[in-house]
Amino acid sequence: MTRQAIMALAGNPNAGKTTLFNQLTGARQHVGNYPGITVDHKEGVLEHQGTRITITDLPGTYSMTAYSVEELVARDYLISHRPEVVINIVDASNLERNLYLTCQFLELGVPIVIALNMMDVARDRGIEIKADRLAELLGVPVVPIIARSGFGKEKLIDEALAVAGKVQPWQPRDISYGDDLNAAVADLVTRIEAARFLDGLYPSRYVAIKYLENDEQLLVKGRDTDPATAAELEAIVNTVCEHTTKTLDVYPEAIIADHRYGFIKSILRQGVMTHKFDTDRLYTSDRIDKVLTDRLIGPVIMLAILFGVYKFTFSWSEWPVARLEDFFGWLSAAIETILPAGLLKSLVISGVIDGVGGVLGFVPLIMFMFFAIAILEDSGYLARVAYMMDRIFRIFGLHGSSVMPFIVSGGIAGGCAVPGVMATRTLRSPKERMATLLTVPFMNCGAKMPVLALLIGAFFSDNKAQYMFLFTMLAWIVALLAARLLRSTVLRGAPTPFVMELPPYRFPTMRGLLIHTWERTWQYIKKAGTVILGISIVLWAMMTFPQLPVERLAGYEALRQNVAAGELQAIDKRQAEEALRHSIAGRIGIAIEKVSHLAGFDWRTNIALIGGFAAKEVIISTLGTAYSMGEVDTEQTDSLGERLKKDPNWNRVVAVAALIFIMFYAPCFVTVVCIAREASWRWALFSIGFNTVFAFILAVLVFQIGSFFHLG
Amino acid sequence: MQTILLRQMQKGQTGIIRAVKVGGELGRRIREMGLIPGAQITIHGRAPLNDPVAIRVMNGTLTLRNSEADYIQVEVQ
Repeated sequence: MTRQAIMALAGNPNAGKTTLFNQLTGARQHVGNYPGITVDHKEGVLEHQGTRITITDLPGTYSMTAYSVEELVARDYLISHRPEVVINIVDASNLERNLYLTCQFLELGVPIVIALNMMDVARDRGIEIKADRLAELLGVPVVPIIARSGFGKEKLIDEALAVAGKVQPWQPRDISYGDDLNAAVADLVTRIEAARFLDGLYPSRYVAIKYLENDEQLLVKGRDTDPATAAELEAIVNTVCEHTTKTLDVYPEAIIADHRYGFIKSILRQGVMTHKFDTDRLYTSDRIDKVLTDRLIGPVIMLAILFGVYKFTFSWSEWPVARLEDFFGWLSAAIETILPAGLLKSLVISGVIDGVGGVLGFVPLIMFMFFAIAILEDSGYLARVAYMMDRIFRIFGLHGSSVMPFIVSGGIAGGCAVPGVMATRTLRSPKERMATLLTVPFMNCGAKMPVLALLIGAFFSDNKAQYMFLFTMLAWIVALLAARLLRSTVLRGAPTPFVMELPPYRFPTMRGLLIHTWERTWQYIKKAGTVILGISIVLWAMMTFPQLPVERLAGYEALRQNVAAGELQAIDKRQAEEALRHSIAGRIGIAIEKVSHLAGFDWRTNIALIGGFAAKEVIISTLGTAYSMGEVDTEQTDSLGERLKKDPNWNRVVAVAALIFIMFYAPCFVTVVCIAREASWRWALFSIGFNTVFAFILAVLVFQIGSFFHLG
Repeated sequence: MQTILLRQMQKGQTGIIRAVKVGGELGRRIREMGLIPGAQITIHGRAPLNDPVAIRVMNGTLTLRNSEADYIQVEVQ
């Protein structure tokens, strides 16, 4: 039987962790989600000299506190899965800070092997590191590697396997935290051991440190399992805390951090690290930053790059999107001829094929967008975008990184909220991310554009371009203000600390980009796909059932017999209208007319708006059917526009009210499903309710005020 | 030698951190990134709207908001 080994890969963000993971496992990876949260769970397999090794890629973190989900995931994984060895990747060119996390692994006692990455970069910067000396002082194996080229990975795995082979209990390292705290730690450890506190799941010294660090997760766990001991421990910590704040004006957690760095420094000074030349030398990365984050040129270049991403996502994906449409069009046509007319045919074509086509139609968009974002992310530029945009987005309770999802969703008119919602993954601040997620559907996506064009073309044909621009600006303003509103109500709370690294610029590797793009796209197909197909069938049923009673159908048949061939089409259209009005969607549209007339919408508009939940461009075709005009092509809406202009229920005020409502009401259900996948179904339902109410209030205001002043 | 707040430092100015007067999540985030008493920092630049600020510390570049920099006291020449 082949030997099995379980390993975990951990390290700081930007230390090259993902690159190493890809190098080690190649395409043999599996990406999932940790239950209930959006942190990716990545697992890969590799064979090494007859041993089958499973590696879990833990989220990149700087520390092991209980503040972010990434850190909690990493910590809980180590405690509950007890990997045989943790490969701790550290950036040799930024060793001191990277060892801060290492230090916490040592405190926990988990067996580690250090992968000293980017030795080449360090050398270029005049930093010489003696790996064997570092290994000797830390008491753990240290293997110099270059993750990008794969240099050193064989040796790394050899060393990791050697450690994994030694079955031994975890050996927590004692790091001195100064006289005040050492005494407290000793006192805490005695009590923890006496009470077998937390069932010995964690090393007692580690629990003591976490108590002194005021770690919420462990404090809660302690109170739950053993309230008496927990209270005792907390009392000791409070006494120490009072003492240190009085005498030194610092909290114990600050003292612990200082001593960890002290421990690291003392090691590095013992002949581990030498600087061959001045550390302040201007690195290439800094030279690039001089231009790219310049106060004047920087924003201009950034706008150009963001526009480039947008162009790349939506123009380059046109061809595959069109081919997919062709294919599904061909499939529908084929089935049209094969199946007899009737419900089954309608279900297959309008429910299933349109549904599957709807799911896959977004795939090229998502792939292109994630590819572009992966380039910005892997090169280090995305962090600069956040840096430059933060001052503006912070006003609205968002984060500098929010800019990308907004642009992709339609910040430049014509985007799409589906990739936009998925792009919020680059945000690591939970509240800011949620606010972004919920407000990006307000932007003018490509599917809303033909609807806007229809209404603007019909009612404001003289100033078409100006109105289009006006409504794009309005989308931005409303989305940002709505974000502000959410952040001061349901997502209330202090901003997540912005403190973040501006990593050195790097050339992304093609392999990394492709893996990145593919895993995110696949997650969309797998997770959103099935739900989207289901809902699309439900929507089809709502627009189809109940069908017209037999006598009405017979009536239309009779009419057909009596008229000339040229008028047959007109009868078809009238029948389609009546069938739609008779369906569930139609009945809902009629039922809510009492409320919707406050915003000037009649039942025909209502049905179209219900149809718009399937996809915003469906508003046009449904409106066409409701006005007995048959299927209206989204590219050719002049005739429908003329029809609306003549309709007594429509005027300029109604048009503006409808425009506003269409821009801001419930996102299409594909977006809703993506919100559910990225956040939760609760938030997805919230976005349907909140957006619709919000949009309706705006539309009513526009209609009532506009009508009062007779602006129509 | 004088001690000022990080916010008040000029671009290109170097100093030694003397104190970080904040606890909780922000305090921990600041410390884990290497901003601890005794660390030498240099102001790398400021964003177009003067905020956030980018600083060099321990061979890396970090950025933080001015409101966060207010908790950090730096001794400058």
